[in-house]
Amino acid sequence: MSNSFRRLVSGRNTMALLASLGAGTMAGGLLLHDNSSLAAETKTKLYPPSADFPDLRKHNNCMASALTPAVYAKLRDKLTPNNWTLDQCIQTGVDNPGHPFIKTVGCVAGDEESYEVFAELFDPVIKDRHNGYNPRTMTHPTDLDASKITNGVFDDNYVLSSRVRTGRSIRGLSLPPACSRAERREVERVVVTALAGLKGELTGRYYSLGDMTEKEQQQLIDDHFLFDKPVSPLLTCAFMARDWPDARGIWHNNEKTFLIWVNEEDHTRVISMEKGGNMKRVFERFCSGLKQVEHLIQERGWEFMWNERLGYILTCPSNLGTGLRAGVHVRLPKLSKDPRFSKILDNLRLQKRGTGGVDTAATGDTFDISNLDRLGKSEVELVQLVVDGVNYLIECEKKLEKGQDIKVPAPLVQFKK
Amino acid sequence: MPFGNTHNNFKLNYTVDDEYPDLSKHNNHMAKVLTKEVYGKLRDKQTPSGYTLDDVIQTGIDNPGHPFIMTVGCVAGDEESYEVFKDLLDPVISDRHGGYKPTDKHKTDLNFENLKGGDDLDPNYVLSSRVRTGRSIKGYTLPPHNSRGERRAIEKLSIEALTSLDGEFKGKYYPLKSMTDAEQEQLINDHFLFDKPVSPLLTCAGMARDWPDARGIWHNDNKTFLVWVNEEDHLRVISMQKGGNMREVFRRFCVGLQKIEEIFKKHNHGFMWNEHLGYILTCPSNLGTGLRGGVHVKLPKLSTHPKFEEILTRLRLQKRGTGGVDTASVGGVFDISNADRLGSSEVDQVQLVVDGVKLMVEMEKKLEKGEAIDSMIPAQK
Repeated sequence: MSNSFRRLVSGRNTMALLASLGAGTMAGGLLLHDNSSLAAETKTKLYPPSADFPDLRKHNNCMASALTPAVYAKLRDKLTPNNWTLDQCIQTGVDNPGHPFIKTVGCVAGDEESYEVFAELFDPVIKDRHNGYNPRTMTHPTDLDASKITNGVFDDNYVLSSRVRTGRSIRGLSLPPACSRAERREVERVVVTALAGLKGELTGRYYSLGDMTEKEQQQLIDDHFLFDKPVSPLLTCAFMARDWPDARGIWHNNEKTFLIWVNEEDHTRVISMEKGGNMKRVFERFCSGLKQVEHLIQERGWEFMWNERLGYILTCPSNLGTGLRAGVHVRLPKLSKDPRFSKILDNLRLQKRGTGGVDTAATGDTFDISNLDRLGKSEVELVQLVVDGVNYLIECEKKLEKGQDIKVPAPLVQFKK
Repeated sequence: MPFGNTHNNFKLNYTVDDEYPDLSKHNNHMAKVLTKEVYGKLRDKQTPSGYTLDDVIQTGIDNPGHPFIMTVGCVAGDEESYEVFKDLLDPVISDRHGGYKPTDKHKTDLNFENLKGGDDLDPNYVLSSRVRTGRSIKGYTLPPHNSRGERRAIEKLSIEALTSLDGEFKGKYYPLKSMTDAEQEQLINDHFLFDKPVSPLLTCAGMARDWPDARGIWHNDNKTFLVWVNEEDHLRVISMQKGGNMREVFRRFCVGLQKIEEIFKKHNHGFMWNEHLGYILTCPSNLGTGLRGGVHVKLPKLSTHPKFEEILTRLRLQKRGTGGVDTASVGGVFDISNADRLGSSEVDQVQLVVDGVKLMVEMEKKLEKGEAIDSMIPAQK
């Protein structure tokens, strides 16, 4: 039964059909018809949407900005085909009011259909987060042809390491906030089976989080590969840490340059990385690896969640489009102290993070510099943007070393609207 | 989760084997009871409000437990959970509550006059006395499951009931989300304030959702009677005062509870109770009386005596640190309270505390004089 069900829901056409049915489709819910649906109906009448509307007055996140009482009233009683609700999408944003300076997203998708069924919430959230991108009118370009990258090798005296990451979701299976244990295990099975088919420089091995030995664990920590149970309430309040560490794991190639996280915040997170400044080669491996994995899952009747409005579908709306963060660890001792540093980064559409990743501080003069944008520009465009930007930063650093002055570059154009 | 049984119908497309949780590293009551067979039997069921087996057990899956401390590992989402999932919860209840059988009846006795003594615990040793319990309001689902609308309705009803109290119970409600800094400071100093749960035992059960919406603290002007609204249970009711007059604390506890219950009943929302499980609360460990009656008592010598644990066990008492559950003792002062909740009445349990603490203080005094206490060690109660 499981197999035929899978075939039923896999495939782009079926997904588009189910998603377009939108309003109150209870494809799963119609299987059982018992007291519970009556009780739920009564409750719906006893508690109109206004009784349940969350108190967002102290909140600063994209969900709180977009969720009006009218939108809530319209969407509260809808269900995706997997029985996922609006309340479940927004719980993380209700529980995490945010920070006056940092605007978090505040909502997650439970499945591919969430973006459709709850479009009246997700569309404005996407617009807010992705510089005005309108999923109703615009299309997102996907381009994984790494040969197009120019000047993609940085000066090793400044760039210590280069890295590109993205995420991929398996169509037909619910996302980490919503998935049942069986679905999560299915994701693991599909992905691990595919990865076992990788050859050459991509030959590698899977380490299940629950079964790894202490020695393996230590090695993965030393390699900076290991991910741990999420502690951030942004993730735990979105139900992503359930059943930890069941069906979670890490795969990496023998060369330790291509790494895949299974069932952390997304079905998969795909990472290509190397020491030094050869971003071009990192991106080449990234694209080649992704294409091979995609081919391997397609051989078995699976595919990635993707559509031309939103690009690759991931759990957090902030990662839609390319889901891509291309970055370097780069030493910028003089430039980082220059008061124009932030403005330069802004205009180049780059962001800085500490060397521990998001929400960490820089140690010394080494920064993690990566692209800000995810949606509306292709992978090639974003990586080229990082390449050009980092090259510019290094030029600035060199100029400052020689006592010369630097210029703040003109702001880059956003995507074509 | 409210308004939609999330995965349940959809999950039935997968086999029991595919969905059954990995409990191989777990040590809690739920993990001991939940075999694949039980899981298979219960997984397609849900309560009328849509609470499912996976909802019940999620906290126990996410918190494998500790080799020494046996947690419960499951919660109820509503009154009906204890019925619909009895194949899981009855054995859990039996394990947790000393072999309590599905056919056993629980005795409720909130008549404080039935307590013997309790007004003469030596204040040189007994620093404070306290009795707490929980109450759930019929017609609403419980903290792991309730929606914002329900939680707010519970708060509204509770405020109405509590603010109508007078005499020694006259008091004020402080909603968590709008208390001033000064009020917050005062409540912390009075040891009244409860905070957003950080324990994963609670957060994994969904009890911290929407914090601090519809949560608050009510206390009387005398600061001797206190009610927590919408923390781990709908209501937690606490009676306390400095010194050793447990009798007075219990009197106020019983009288206050009965007054509150009357008001809720008038609104057709009495307390959840039945003659098998007594008062229905979120955690199976609090069924029955839901009562923890205890004292903060100085026992520096007795607590280091090799038989201390055994004495406590025989007296059906348990020790905690002065910060409450899972804290350590400070300066030889212990929180001593009843271990039982289900199968004996409120009066029975407070009596055990009163008699037991009295005995232990006498033992402490003997040890101070350098005398032995072996002849005083009681038989198992």
